[in-house]
Amino acid sequence: MARRRKLYTNARLLDPASGLDVKGALLTEGDRIVDLGPKLASGSFAGDTEQIDCQGHCLAPGLIDMHVWLREPGAEHQETLATGARAAAAGGVTTMVAMPNTEPTIDEVALVEFVARRATDTAVVRILPAAAVTKGTRGEELTELGLLAQAGAVAFTEGDKPIASPRLMRRALSYATTFDLLLMQHCEEPSLAKGGVMNEGEVAARLGLSGIPAMAEVILLERDVRLLDATQGRLHASHLSTAESLDVVRRAKQRGLRLTAGAAPHNFALNELDVGDYRTFAKVKPPLRVEADRKAVVDAIADGTIDVISSAHAPQDPESKRLPFAQAEFGIIGLETLLPLTLELYHNGSVPLLRLLACLTCNPARLLKLDSGRLAPGAPADLLIFDVDTPWRVDEKKFRSKAKNSPYDGRRVQGHALRTVVAGETVFQRKRES
Amino acid sequence: MYGAFLMSVNRAIPAESAGLRPLPPFSHRHLLGIEGLSAQDIQILLDHSDRYVELNRAVEKKQSSLRGRTIINLFFENSTRTRTSFELAGKRLGGDVINMSVATSSVKKGETLIDTAITLNAMHPDLLVVRHQDSGAVALLAQKVGCSVINGGDGSHEHPTQALLDALTIRRRKGRLEGLLVAICGDILHSRVARSNIHLLNTMGARVRLIAPPTLLPAYAERLGVEIYHDMRKGLTDVDIVMMLRLQMERFHGSFVPSTREYFHFYGLDHEKLAFAKPDALIMHPGPMNRGIEIDTEVADDIHRSVIHEQVEMGVAVRMACLELLAQHIPNWRSANPAGA
Repeated sequence: MARRRKLYTNARLLDPASGLDVKGALLTEGDRIVDLGPKLASGSFAGDTEQIDCQGHCLAPGLIDMHVWLREPGAEHQETLATGARAAAAGGVTTMVAMPNTEPTIDEVALVEFVARRATDTAVVRILPAAAVTKGTRGEELTELGLLAQAGAVAFTEGDKPIASPRLMRRALSYATTFDLLLMQHCEEPSLAKGGVMNEGEVAARLGLSGIPAMAEVILLERDVRLLDATQGRLHASHLSTAESLDVVRRAKQRGLRLTAGAAPHNFALNELDVGDYRTFAKVKPPLRVEADRKAVVDAIADGTIDVISSAHAPQDPESKRLPFAQAEFGIIGLETLLPLTLELYHNGSVPLLRLLACLTCNPARLLKLDSGRLAPGAPADLLIFDVDTPWRVDEKKFRSKAKNSPYDGRRVQGHALRTVVAGETVFQRKRES
Repeated sequence: MYGAFLMSVNRAIPAESAGLRPLPPFSHRHLLGIEGLSAQDIQILLDHSDRYVELNRAVEKKQSSLRGRTIINLFFENSTRTRTSFELAGKRLGGDVINMSVATSSVKKGETLIDTAITLNAMHPDLLVVRHQDSGAVALLAQKVGCSVINGGDGSHEHPTQALLDALTIRRRKGRLEGLLVAICGDILHSRVARSNIHLLNTMGARVRLIAPPTLLPAYAERLGVEIYHDMRKGLTDVDIVMMLRLQMERFHGSFVPSTREYFHFYGLDHEKLAFAKPDALIMHPGPMNRGIEIDTEVADDIHRSVIHEQVEMGVAVRMACLELLAQHIPNWRSANPAGA
C-alpha cells in the first residue's frame, strides 16, 4: 500500500534547529517528513498527493511541552490523557511529557507502560511518561531508573516536589549517568518554603500571606550544581523564577556542566502583583516573583540561559481553587496559552521568533533525545501551522482542557495554532472564530 | 453641599437623636480593610463613632436605626471581645443579631466557608460580620453574598474595626492623629491589627515605627511605609503612642523567638523601657494580653498611661458607626427612617 503523501504549500517554513526561515513547501509521506524547501513546487506532484495550502502562515515543528500534569490515573475529573491531549493539539503541542504525580505515582515499569498505552489508545498527541526518581516521590528509595527508562520513561522527576535530601540527589544523579538519563528538579528548598503560598515580598506582607523566599530556589539550585559537578550527571531545572537562579545557571553552563533550565509562561508573563486581591488562579509554584525577576527570565530566554519553555499545565477543579488563598491548590493550566504567551516575547521585541521556537521544539527534543522537534527529511511529521499575528482574547469557556484554572482569562494575545499534525495526521484544525 | 454635610458631622449632636439624622456619605458596600479607604472615609467613620461614645455611657442605650435589620456574626475563629462588641453594637442600634461560631474542622474549612456563605445569603441577612483564620477569606466570602460584609479579622491580613477603635481612642486623648509618632511593638508578622493600624495611621498622617525582632516582622515590612527598630529602647524614644501586640503563641513553633522569658527581657513593655517614650505617651493593647510576656502587669494597669480599657469601650462605638454607615445602603433604609437622608 502506498503511503499517503501530503504537500504543505505556501508556507513560511520555520526550523529553529537549522535556523531556517524561508517561504516554501514541505512534503510528508506517512508519518515522516520527506522533503522541504523553497524549491519544492506543487506542480511536480501527482494527483494522489494531498495538497494543503498554508496561506502564507508559519509551518514549524509541533511543540514539545516537557512539563505537564495530566491527572490520569487517579484524578480523571480534573484532566485525562484524552482531554489533556485535545487541549495540547489546540495549543499546537504534538508531544508532551506527563509528570509522575498521579495516583498512584508513576514509579513502576507497569505504570509507565500503562500511561504509554493509555496515551496511544486515547490521546491525539504523543504523551511520553516521566517517572518518579524515588518510590512514591517520598524521597527515600530510588526507583528502578534503568528499567523505567527502558519501559519508556523519558525523564525522571518528582514533579512538583524537590528531591530534598542531598545524599539521595547525589545518588540519583550519579546512578543516572550509567544510562545518561535526564533528571528534572523542582528547585525549592522545602524547609524554607514550608507553609509559603506566594512570593515572599511586599505583596505578601500586605496581604498577610506567608511567603516562599527567592532564596529557597537559589539554595537548592546551587546545591544541585555542586552535586552535578561531582557526579557529571544531567539535570534540568524545571521552572526557574528568580534572577539569581538564572545567574547560577549561566555560571554552571560556562563551566561546562550539563545543566539546562526551563521556564513556564507565567514566569515571564506575570509577576507577584497578579496575585492582586487573593486570586487563587495566580497561586503557583514556583510563585510569581517580582518584576525584576520576570524581566530576568525574559533576558535568560533571549540569551539562551533558559533552554526550554514548557506550560507547567496543572489542572485543578474549581473546588481546589475556590478557597481562601492559603488553602487553595497551586497550579495554572497552560497548554492552550503556551504559544500565544510565548509569542508575546516576539511581538514586544524581546526575543527573536526562532529562538522562542527553539525553546518549544528542538531544545526539549534534544534533552529528551527525541527525533522530532525539527523540520528535516526523515523526522516525524509532527507539525504546527500557526498564525503569528492574529489578535484574540483568551476565553476560559473555550478551553478544551477539563480545568479552567487560568489567570489569563480575558487577556489579549496574538497568534495561535491553525493546524496541528501528529505523525502526518491532522489532529486539530482551527475553525474560523474559535 | 458635601462640605456642609461634613461640617454638620463634626458638630456635637445630642445622642438621643442618633439614628434620626442625616447620615454622612459613606459609599463603600463592605468594610473589608483599611487599605483602600481614603482619609475622608476614615474621618467620617471616626466622627460618626464619636457620637456613640456618649450614648454608650448613658443609661438608656437603645436606638432604632437598625430596627428590622438582621446582623449575623459569623466567627470561624474564636473571639470574645470582638464578637461581644459587634453583638452589643448591633443590639444597641435595634438590629436583630445572631451569633454563629463555626467549628473549624480540619481540611475542608474552605468549602465550609463558601457553602456557609451561600446558605446564609439565602436567609437574607443585611449585614455579615466575619472573622476567619485565613487572610483574604472574608473578601472571598463577600463575593458570594448580597449583603454588606464587615471584616472582623482575617488571618494576618486586616482587622479594620480594631484600627478604627485604636484611632478613635488616640484622637479623643490627643485631639489628633496627624503628626503623632506611634510605635507598634511585638508580633507584627502574625498581626492583622498591625497591618490595619499601619494603613490607617499612614493615611491619617501619623508616623509609624515597628519594633520587633526580625523574625517577627514580615519580609519587606519597610515597604509598608514605616520605620523599623529592633532595639525597643531606641524605637520607643519620643513616641506619643505605644501599641503593644499580643505574642500569638498559638501560631508559634518555638522558632520565632527562643523563649518568652527572653522575649520579655528585650521586647516586653516595662517602666524602664517606657521611660524612653514621651512622658505623656499612651499605652495601648488590642487584647487579650499576655501579662509578663509582652507587657508588665504594672504598666498594663497604670491608670495614667494605659488606655487599654478605653479601647474596648471605643470598640462598641466604632462598630455601631460601621454597622449604621453600611446599613444605609440597604434598600428600604429611607422608608424605615422617614427622617433619614
